[in-house]
Amino acid sequence: MPEAALHPHHPALAHQFDSLGQQKEVATLGMWVFLATEVLFFGGLFATYAIYRAWYPEAFAAASHELDVALGTINTVVLITSSLTMALAVHAAQLGQRKLVLLFLAATMILGAVFLGIKSVEYYHKFVEHHVPGPGFQFEREHFRHAQLFFSLYFIMTGLHALHMVIGIGIMLVMFWWSWRGTITVEYYSPIEISGLYWHFVDIVWIFLFPLLYLIGRHAH
Amino acid sequence: MAEHILPKRVYCTIFLILMLCTYLTVQIAFLDLGRINTVAALVIAVFKATLVVLFFMHVKYSTRLTWVVVLGGIFWLGIMLVLTMGDYLTRGWRTYG
Repeated sequence: MPEAALHPHHPALAHQFDSLGQQKEVATLGMWVFLATEVLFFGGLFATYAIYRAWYPEAFAAASHELDVALGTINTVVLITSSLTMALAVHAAQLGQRKLVLLFLAATMILGAVFLGIKSVEYYHKFVEHHVPGPGFQFEREHFRHAQLFFSLYFIMTGLHALHMVIGIGIMLVMFWWSWRGTITVEYYSPIEISGLYWHFVDIVWIFLFPLLYLIGRHAH
Repeated sequence: MAEHILPKRVYCTIFLILMLCTYLTVQIAFLDLGRINTVAALVIAVFKATLVVLFFMHVKYSTRLTWVVVLGGIFWLGIMLVLTMGDYLTRGWRTYG
C-alpha cells in the first residue's frame, strides 16, 4: 500500500498507479520501448548505408571527403556537451534544485540550437557546391551515380536526425516551462528524466552518424 | 533505478572520456589502417554509445525490465543488420564497383 512518505493525493499521481515511484518506473519503461522503435527506425537507414558503402567504397570515400570534418567534429563535441548538461539537469531535478534545472535545460537547448545552426551552414555549403541530389547534382564522372547515393543518405539521415533535434528542443522548452511553474519537484521529476532519455538517444545517433558519414577513407587524402 | 543519484563528478568524468574518444576517432581516421579504420571507428562509437546508455541514461542503475528492453532493442537491430547484410553480401552474381 502507499508508503507513508507519499500522500495519496499528489497532484501528479495518476489514479491507475499506486505510487509516484511506480508511475516513474512505468514512464521510464515506456520511453525505452519508444526508443527501441527509434533504434530500428534509424537502423533501417544505417543498414541501407552499410550496403551501399560496401558496394561502392571509393565513391563513398570521395563523397565523404566533401564533408567538413572540422564542422562535424565541432558538432559532435556540441552534442556530447549537451548530453552532459542534460544529465546535470536531471541530477539537479533529483535534488530539487529548480534554478539549476532551468540553467541546465537552457544550456541543453542552446547547444542543440548551435548544432542545428552549424548543420544549416553545412547544408548551405552542400547546396552551393552542387552536392544536393537531384537535377543540379555535380560530381566527378567516375563516381557520379554512387556519390549521389551517398549524399542522398547524408541528407536523409542527418535531416531525420535534425528533425529529432528540433522535436527535442521543443520537448525541452516544455520541460523548462514545467520547471519554471513548479510542476517539477523532488517527488515528481520523471518528465525531465524521460525527456533526457530521448535527448541522449538523439546524441547516440549522431555518435554513429559522424564517423560513418564524415570519416570514410580520410587517410587517403 | 534513478533513486540512486549519481554524483556530478561521474557525469563529468564520462564526458571527458567521450571527448577523448571523439578526438581518437578523428585522429585514427587520418591514419592508413586499411580495413581496420572502419572497425576502429565502429568500436569507438559503440564504446561511446555504451557509456551514454549506462551512465547518462542511468541504465546501469535501472530495473531488470529496462535492461530487457534495451538489450532487446539492440538485439533486434542486430537481426536486421546481420540478416540484411547477409543477404546482400552473398549475392555473388553482382559485380561490385
